[in-house]
Amino acid sequence: MAKKDKPKSKSRRKFLIRGGLGTLGVLALGTYVFRNPMRRMTLEMIETMVPPYSGTGTEANLWFEITTDNNLILHQPKVEMGQGTFTGLAQIVSDELDMNISQITVTAAETATGIVDGMSTGGSLSVAQLWTPLREMAATMREFIKIEGAKKMGVDASSLSTADGILSGGGKTMSYAEAIADLKEFNLPKTPELRPVKNYKNVGKPIPRIDLTPKVMGDPIFGMDVEMPDMLHATVIRPEHVGASLKSADTSNAEKMPGVVKIMKKDGWVGIIANSFAEALAAKNKVTVEWDIPKKWSDEDLKEYLKIGQGNKQITQKKGSALDEEGEGVINMEFRSPIGAHAQIEPNGAVAYVKDGKATIKLSTQVIGVTQKQVAEALGMDNEDVNVIGTYLGGGFGRRLNTAHAVKAAQMSIEVGKPVKYFFTRKEEFQNDLFRPPTHHIMRGKMNGDKLEALEHHYASGDVAMNSVIFPAAMGTILGSDVGASRGGSIMYGKIANRRSVQWHRTLPFATSWWRSLGLLANTFAIESFIDEMAINAGKNPVDFRLSMLGEEENQKRIRKVIEEAAAKGNYTDKATGNRAMGFAASIDANAPCAHVVEVSVDGNKVRVEKVTCVLDSGLIVNPDQVRAQCEGSIIMGISAALHEEMYLKDGRLFPINYGSYDMALMKHSPKEIDVHLVQGAENPLPVGEPPLGPIAAAIGNALKRITGKRLTELPMKV
Amino acid sequence: MKISFTINGEAKSVEVSDGNSPLLWAIRDGLDLKGTKFGCGKAACGACTIHVDGNAVRSCSFPAKLAEGKEITTIEGLSKDGKTHPVQQAWIDEVVPQCGYCQPGFIMATAAMLDKIPNPTDEDIDKNIINVCRCGTYYRMRKAIHRAAKMNGNTDVQ
Repeated sequence: MAKKDKPKSKSRRKFLIRGGLGTLGVLALGTYVFRNPMRRMTLEMIETMVPPYSGTGTEANLWFEITTDNNLILHQPKVEMGQGTFTGLAQIVSDELDMNISQITVTAAETATGIVDGMSTGGSLSVAQLWTPLREMAATMREFIKIEGAKKMGVDASSLSTADGILSGGGKTMSYAEAIADLKEFNLPKTPELRPVKNYKNVGKPIPRIDLTPKVMGDPIFGMDVEMPDMLHATVIRPEHVGASLKSADTSNAEKMPGVVKIMKKDGWVGIIANSFAEALAAKNKVTVEWDIPKKWSDEDLKEYLKIGQGNKQITQKKGSALDEEGEGVINMEFRSPIGAHAQIEPNGAVAYVKDGKATIKLSTQVIGVTQKQVAEALGMDNEDVNVIGTYLGGGFGRRLNTAHAVKAAQMSIEVGKPVKYFFTRKEEFQNDLFRPPTHHIMRGKMNGDKLEALEHHYASGDVAMNSVIFPAAMGTILGSDVGASRGGSIMYGKIANRRSVQWHRTLPFATSWWRSLGLLANTFAIESFIDEMAINAGKNPVDFRLSMLGEEENQKRIRKVIEEAAAKGNYTDKATGNRAMGFAASIDANAPCAHVVEVSVDGNKVRVEKVTCVLDSGLIVNPDQVRAQCEGSIIMGISAALHEEMYLKDGRLFPINYGSYDMALMKHSPKEIDVHLVQGAENPLPVGEPPLGPIAAAIGNALKRITGKRLTELPMKV
Repeated sequence: MKISFTINGEAKSVEVSDGNSPLLWAIRDGLDLKGTKFGCGKAACGACTIHVDGNAVRSCSFPAKLAEGKEITTIEGLSKDGKTHPVQQAWIDEVVPQCGYCQPGFIMATAAMLDKIPNPTDEDIDKNIINVCRCGTYYRMRKAIHRAAKMNGNTDVQ
C-alpha cells in the first residue's frame, strides 16, 4: 500500500511548478506595485483570480492511501466546515482514480501528513484551487497502480482497464490494494492526460454529502468532541472590556474549589485546569481579577473613529474623473453596517498534549499550518515536533482563520503533564471574537439624462486582511489598502464612464477580521441600494437600468447573464402589491457573479423574506446540490445580517453576549422558497461559498423601499 | 453526588461534584456521549437538546440532579432496533446538514415536536423549532420536518 512514509518520487508534478505562485506570488512584483495604478491592477488580480494551490505535499502517493481492504483514504490539505469540500474532492478523485465514492474516506488536514495548505481553508477556494492538481494526482496514481499491477499480473499496462478500484485485462483482475502491496521502492509515472470533463461520472452530479450519516447520527467528529486518555478540562479568564489587560488575579478561593487541579498565571492570562469543565467554570467564578482598561469605548466613540476621512486613504478603483461632492446634480447618500459576530455554534477551543518534546493538538481550525507555527514558536519547539490535527468544524465563517488559542491549551498541558481540553464560553466568544468590522460608506452619483455618468463608492472599514496571521504584513504596505475590506467595493458596471472607489482604513481597538464574504456584504449593500435609488430617480426599471450600464467584455457578459436570468426566473417586477414587493440586486465576487430577486412582506414592524430567486455563475459545478446548499446558507446568513445582527459597545464592553440577545435569523425568518439557478460561464470551478452573500441585503432594502417608500441605509434594517 | 437514570434504554449512574451542574456535561464527559453539543450554556441555542421523559430539554441549563430516575434519550439513542429514526432519515433524504454541529439538537427538538404535533404546519414549525443554525440550513430543515411527518404515517401533510 502506498503510505505516506514510503520514499517520495523525485519527479516534480506540473502543478508543483505552478504552485510556486499563489496569492503571495504577487509579492514578486516588488516595488512596482507601490505605484497606485499597479496597486489597483494587483488588487483586481487578487480579487478575480483563483490562486493555484500553494501548499506542500504534492506527490500523489502522499495523498492516496489505499488500505488493505481496497478502500481509499484521501489525505488532503483542507478542512470541512460545512461547505461540502470533502464531498467535492471525493467526486473529483473518484472520476480520475476510478474508485467508487463509497470506497473513499476524506480525512481533515493534519500537519504530520506533510500536506499542508499554504494559507488556509477559506476564500471559497478549496474546490476551485484543488480542481486541477487533484485530478492530475489522481490520474497519476491510477497510472502508477496500473503499471505496478501489470507487472504482478504479467500483462501489458496499456491493456488494463480500471473501475471501482479493480484492474481488469487479459482475463485477469486485481484490486488496487494488491497491485501496490509490499512495494518498497517506486517511481511515480508522468501525469497522463486528464479525462474530458464530460466523461466524468460523479463530477457534476448531486452526490449526497459523504459526511451526512455521521452528522445526522451525532458521531463525535468535532474539535469539541476530542478525547484523550486521562484528559483534564480547562477554562481561561479573558477580558470583558475592549483593550483590557490583566493587572492582578487573586486565585486563592478558586484553588480550594472541588476538582481543581491547577491554576496557572502566565503572560497576562489565567488558566483554570480541573477534572471536569463544570468544576473549572465554578472555580473561575471564584477568581477576583483586576483589569487595566485604557479607555472605555462607546458606540459614539467608534462612529467618530471609523468614518470616511479618517485613517489610511487609498483609491482602489479609478476610471475617468472624480465628482465634486457639492457639484451641481451630484447626489450623496450615506450607508453604515455594524460590528458583526461570527457566532459559529461550536466554540473555539483545542485539545493539546505535550509530552517528551512533542505536541499533539486536535482542534477545529481553518489554519492547520499557521496553528502549527504559532504553537511551535510559543513553546520553543521545531515545527516538525508539533502535529496539528484538524477535525470537522462546527462552523468556520472565517472565525477560525486564527486559532492562536491552541497555544494556551498546549501551555496548560505542559503545566499539568496531561492532555488538556480548553474552549471558550459563549460570552467569551461574543466578547473576544475577531469581528466583522463596522463600515461607513458614502455613495456619490451624477445622472446625465437617464444614464449614470459618474458613480463613486467611498468606504471606511476596520481590518479584514490586514494584521491577520494568514496575510503577510508586507502585503498591506505593498497594496496600500486592505484587500479584504475592498471585496465588492468596486463598481462593476463598465459603461459608467467615471467610476471610483476609495478606501479609508483604520485598525480598531478590538480585533476584526474575516467574516464570510469579507467586505462584499456591506459594500454591495451600499452600492446596489444606491443604484436602485438612481434607477427610481431616472424613472427606469432597476433591471433595465443595470443592464444598460454593462459593457461587452467577458465579465460584463457574465454579469449580464445572471441579471437577465434572475429577473426572468424570479418574474421580477418593480411594482409593490400592498405590503409585498420584490427587490433586485447583483454583485460579482471572486469572478463569480450573482443576482438575487427577493420577495419581501411587511407586517407592522415585521419584515419577512418570503422567497429568494438566486442565480449564480461559479463556473463548472462539481456538486450542484452542495452549491445550492451554499447559496441557501449564504442567503439565510445574509438575511440575518441584513435584518437582525448587530454588536454594540457599552461602557467599554461588547454586547450582546449570547444567542437570543444577539438577534439572528431563525427558522421563522427563513424564506419558505429559495430557488437557485446555476449558470456555467467559466470552464473551471470558481468560488461558491461567499459570492451569494453579496446582493442579499441590498435586494431586501430595495424591496422595502417599494413597500414603505423609505430608503434604509443602515444594517440591520428596521422598518 | 451520584445520579442514576435511564439513558437510551440503559440504566446508568454518573458522579457529579455539584448536583446543580448541567446535565450536559454528565452526558458528554461523564458518559462520553458526544452527540449532545455545547453551544451557549444558557439554553439560548438548542445545540444541547435531549429528551427527558419524552420532552425536549436544553441540557446545558438542566441541573444534573433533576435527571434522577428519569428516562433520557440523546441523539445516539434516537434510532431504535437498527431502524433509522424518521427524522434522521428525512434529514438524510433532504441532505440537510452543512457543518452539522447544531443538527443533533434540531433533530431532537423535531422528534419531540412530532410526538406532540404529528402533522405540523409551517407555523407550528416556526413556533416550536427555535434552535440556532449558523450555516442557515433552515430551508432544508423545514422540508425535512414535513417529510418526517409523512414518514410517520401522517399522509395528510399540507
